[in-house]
Amino acid sequence: METPILSIDNLTVVYRLQGVWREAIREVSLRVAAAQTYGIVGESGSGKSTLVQAVMGYLSANGAVQQGSIYIEGEDWLRATHRRRQQIWGARLSMVPQDPLSALNPALTIGEQIAELVRRHVRLSRKAAHERAIEMLRRVKLPDPESIARRYPHQISGGQQQRALIAMALASPELRLLVLDEPTTSLDVTTEAAILDLFAELQADHRAATIFVTHNLGVVARMCQRVAVLYAGEVMEDAPTETLYSAALHPYTRLLLRAVPRIGDSTPLQAIAGRIPSLRQRPSGCVFAPRCPIATDLCHAHKPPQERAEEGHLVRCHHWRAVADGSLRVEEASSALRRREMQSAEISFFEQLLSDNQNGAQATVMRAEHVRVRYGARGLLGRLLGKKPPFRAVDDVSMRVPRGKTLGLVGESGSGKTTFARSLIGLVEIESGEAHLLDMPLRGTPRQRAKATLKAMQMIFQHPEESLNPYRTVGQTLRRPLMTLSGMSRVEADRAAAELLRAVNLPADYLSRFPSELSGGEKQRVAIARAFAAQPALILCDEPVSSLDVSVQASILNLLAQLQAQYDVAYLFISHDLAVVGYLADYIAVIYRGQLVERGRAESFFTPPHHPYTEALLASLPLPDPRARVRRIRLPDDQPSGGVPSGCRFHPRCPRYLGEVCRTQAPPWQRDSQGRYYRCHIPPAELAALQAEREG
Amino acid sequence: MRADAQLSKGDLILTLRLSLLRRRRALRRLWQDAPLSVLGGIGVIGFLLLALIGPYLTPYNPIANSFADRNQAPSLAHPFGTDNFGRDILSRIIYGGRNIFALTGSATLIAVGLGTVIGLYVGYVGSWLDQIAMRLTDALLALPSLLLTLVLLGALGNSRFTVLLAIVILYVPIVTRVVRSVVLDVKTKAYIEAAEIGGESRFHILFREILPAVLPTLAVEGALRFSYAIFLVASLGFLGLGVARPEPDWGLMVSEARDWYALSPHMLFFPSAAIVALVVCVNLMADGLRRLLEYSETD
Amino acid sequence: MIGYLIRRVLFFGLTLLLTSLLIFAAVRLLPGDVESAVLGRGAEPAARAALREELGLDLPFLAQYANWLSGFLRGDWGNSYALKLPIRPLVMERLGNSLRLALIAMLVAIPPSVLLGLLAGLNEGKPFDTAFSLISLILVGIPEFVMGIILINVVALEWKLLPSSASVPPDASFGEALPRLILPSLTAAAVLLAYIGRLTRVGVIAEMRRTYVRTAVLKGLSWRQVVFKHVLRNALLPTITVIAISLGWLISGLVVIEQVFAYPGLGRLMVFAIQQRDLPLILGGVMIAVTVFALANLVADLLYAALNPRIRLS
Repeated sequence: METPILSIDNLTVVYRLQGVWREAIREVSLRVAAAQTYGIVGESGSGKSTLVQAVMGYLSANGAVQQGSIYIEGEDWLRATHRRRQQIWGARLSMVPQDPLSALNPALTIGEQIAELVRRHVRLSRKAAHERAIEMLRRVKLPDPESIARRYPHQISGGQQQRALIAMALASPELRLLVLDEPTTSLDVTTEAAILDLFAELQADHRAATIFVTHNLGVVARMCQRVAVLYAGEVMEDAPTETLYSAALHPYTRLLLRAVPRIGDSTPLQAIAGRIPSLRQRPSGCVFAPRCPIATDLCHAHKPPQERAEEGHLVRCHHWRAVADGSLRVEEASSALRRREMQSAEISFFEQLLSDNQNGAQATVMRAEHVRVRYGARGLLGRLLGKKPPFRAVDDVSMRVPRGKTLGLVGESGSGKTTFARSLIGLVEIESGEAHLLDMPLRGTPRQRAKATLKAMQMIFQHPEESLNPYRTVGQTLRRPLMTLSGMSRVEADRAAAELLRAVNLPADYLSRFPSELSGGEKQRVAIARAFAAQPALILCDEPVSSLDVSVQASILNLLAQLQAQYDVAYLFISHDLAVVGYLADYIAVIYRGQLVERGRAESFFTPPHHPYTEALLASLPLPDPRARVRRIRLPDDQPSGGVPSGCRFHPRCPRYLGEVCRTQAPPWQRDSQGRYYRCHIPPAELAALQAEREG
Repeated sequence: MRADAQLSKGDLILTLRLSLLRRRRALRRLWQDAPLSVLGGIGVIGFLLLALIGPYLTPYNPIANSFADRNQAPSLAHPFGTDNFGRDILSRIIYGGRNIFALTGSATLIAVGLGTVIGLYVGYVGSWLDQIAMRLTDALLALPSLLLTLVLLGALGNSRFTVLLAIVILYVPIVTRVVRSVVLDVKTKAYIEAAEIGGESRFHILFREILPAVLPTLAVEGALRFSYAIFLVASLGFLGLGVARPEPDWGLMVSEARDWYALSPHMLFFPSAAIVALVVCVNLMADGLRRLLEYSETD
Repeated sequence: MIGYLIRRVLFFGLTLLLTSLLIFAAVRLLPGDVESAVLGRGAEPAARAALREELGLDLPFLAQYANWLSGFLRGDWGNSYALKLPIRPLVMERLGNSLRLALIAMLVAIPPSVLLGLLAGLNEGKPFDTAFSLISLILVGIPEFVMGIILINVVALEWKLLPSSASVPPDASFGEALPRLILPSLTAAAVLLAYIGRLTRVGVIAEMRRTYVRTAVLKGLSWRQVVFKHVLRNALLPTITVIAISLGWLISGLVVIEQVFAYPGLGRLMVFAIQQRDLPLILGGVMIAVTVFALANLVADLLYAALNPRIRLS
């Protein structure tokens, strides 16, 4: 290939932590050519942020390059003077960061933040630079760019902020290297899809070498020609995208690919045992060995060198040949391991308690009818105190959760899905409508409810770091519901807590640990154990895996499935990720701006006809398959603020907008032959036909 | 409730044992980063010890006049010299220290305790109670501290008890505010909601779930309040208010020493130095506590 | 923004009302014998009764408060018991003196303290910062009266540069008065400098850690541009609030400073009033001090809102 724009050779970066130097990334090499998009996939602790910092030449104060080199267009970047860096930054090398709001200066207008870069590097006059800034905003497809340029960051939405940052990154005509650091992670799926479209389009223009850092295998499959897989600071595998996804050679890559839930695929996910090693605990042999199902003594003792499996495909594994020719089957070894682990979990104490399970034999565990929830101030006093004006977060939602089954509730941010769940459990007030849990009405705050009601419904929260009180041990946290809701004595609660831990595959000595000593996945397991402690009939799962790494997600999802089977517990599973929901749910409901727009059985959910919003969601999901065709159904950016649209709420963004009727009349519920319901003016047969021809 | 009580004792021991290790590590780190803060903390402890056992060590009576020994410069017999009444200055400083610690220490403790309870309750329960409390604190905070103290002293009499009351009235709103803001932050965390849906009583949530999160900030704020209280009491003493003559009071000693500056500068120097030293030590200690707080948060 | 403005002004009024009520209540707690204070000890019962009625002391509490409040708002603050003079002109004159002192102190202290705090924050950890932190820490620990006495003894008595007393004849010109004002304002300025400097420094350090600073650097902007254009704008915003708070501190601190220098300001008047148990004087003086403080806070909040785009445009 032609001379690469970026050449990283054998790079090792270290950090000084509490007096000791630790390796963050080790012997990383890669080359990126012009107009090429190179993906860097890594979970937390993989070192991808360090790599980004090193490439940008902006290591934090306690970091240093121990060995290796970085060349940008043939120039030694590591040895560049500060002045030289200032010349290159923004002109030839730029970055799109992860969180757009904090990356922008709240005290300067959008236009100015772009214009100053142009003035610095292109040396235009103020007026010309301002024009150029507006031009860039137009190129990133922002509507009314003049107005956006005049605004401050907090006045525009997240998607718009990210577009503005992209405009900033691409402002220089000399751009040669573009670093994208998880640019779409903080965005909704539909917004993400549109931004990825934008990247693809713009690349044709600027032809810069691009590094795309992400943890999302679907995004990489769509956007990148080559991928390097990073784990615990080392490159495990480096290959063209198609090869990686179809014929990966490293056990980590193979397991990772099987840990991602895919729509329409109900094979059990591969969970990877163990946890990602922290900077202090990196193993001395192969970094993946402690978790690898095919690891041998050789692996634990010696670091494997990076070897060339074939042209353009590098692997760092002792056993890659065996994997390549099929003599070692990674997935099977992993499954066998998991099966052995699960068998040892005996929960006799609980089984004894289960026999006096008061949850009864009712078919429906939870029934909600026309629930409405309102946020915001009531009356003049509230407005005087400066509270926000009222709006209805949940508007007429009804559903039924059958015993022992999972109902998946899917929606993007602001859809009201979390608010609905919180209203059921009493953390938010129900404005009107009714909900019942096993014949017990769900009313009032948790404090006002009977213990029996609380006992029968529990919740798992999204952020594991906030789920557990950092000042209390795991044991103290688990004991509370056992004693308060189940009325156990201290001694009984201790016993039960130990068994709860075993049920979630954690060792009993974790009882005396503090949450800060646990990994994210482990914290979530404890949270699950706490939810199960009082043997509820229904558990509300609010995005329980969204904050976790992919390899950990799989194990938590499998755990939830296993526990459901064992205890006959129903789940209301909330998520923005249709694939995750599809994996666990028996029934699925889609919510948009406070209203349900579609519901049906999971098995048939992913075939048309769909509500147009569901259709867009499905089309936006980046599939972890590079050969999948990208379906171009795109919604205009973000939900516009302001009042609720008249008629059908979705009509301002709907790609299948019919006309007047959508704007003036609320759509009726339609029902198709498979028992699926959706709200739209287009009848099922017609919709199915329209959507099928898209597929073809 | 008995189960609750059992829980708390065992919890305490467990938590203490486990966190001792982290404490030692944190202290070592503090020594490396900011040795002065540690020294400040040691200084405060030193002053405290002096206040507690000093009175038993000094041979002189701090309020006994002795005309023969008037205005003597510092010597072996009188390390800090004597004042115009012949009283040993070192002894007076030690006794004065005891007075200050007793007054400001207890006032601060009461203010912190009350402020914490109010702040916890008001911050957690919210609604109209919160609004009223906030308006009241706003009103109280609008009063310049010394002026308010003066008004109260005028109203209730010029006694040390009034000073204590004034300090409490002044600082409860500030502590309430600080605690409330921490509570508002913690209250939204999932583990508090988990406790609520777990049927926990308000008492449990306030004092067992939320309070541990408040303690670090409270420690820093308490130290700051303590230093301001010393300031206030010293200033009052200087103005001749809030003191029980002839008990030694550092501020009063400074005020009385002004006239004698030419003859006995040490009369002015030592009480001033004592005030400054104590306040600086407390401030350093507060800074150290703040750093320890940061360490535990970023762990 | 308009909503914020209205709310803020309303709160201002409400707070002052509540505060005045609290002060009035505190002052009414005075067990003192008002009639004796005014008429002398040997007054006859009839005269005392007449005085009580004249001063409205036999009315219920809220009525007394209402009377006083309406008088206060009209400008009639009554007469001082001890001095037998109308209160308002006296208090306003003294207030003027105190404000003059406060203003000089702020003018002297604020610009250098902000600058020093800035420099210290930008050079975090380096020798300048360490020195600044240490010196400011000690300065903050020195009470105003100690500082005042040190300055008097060193500058006035030993070096004989400036007069030690700040008593100014009321008809003295500004030029004559100025040398006398230097020491007291320097005293106030010294602690103010340390306090504002430290707060500015902390603000700058916190701001430098924000993510947008990295974005600015990675645009290739010069260090000066990053600091002056990007960081300062955000870092100095809280400084405005700090300056308002310092005015509040000054109001308290001046009480002591005026005693040390025998300066005819409001603080000294208040000490006198309290020693004399002169209720109306106490009320008048404290209320005006509180009003000035609350006004300063209001102005600071409004200024902050005007300068902060997040509040201005919401």
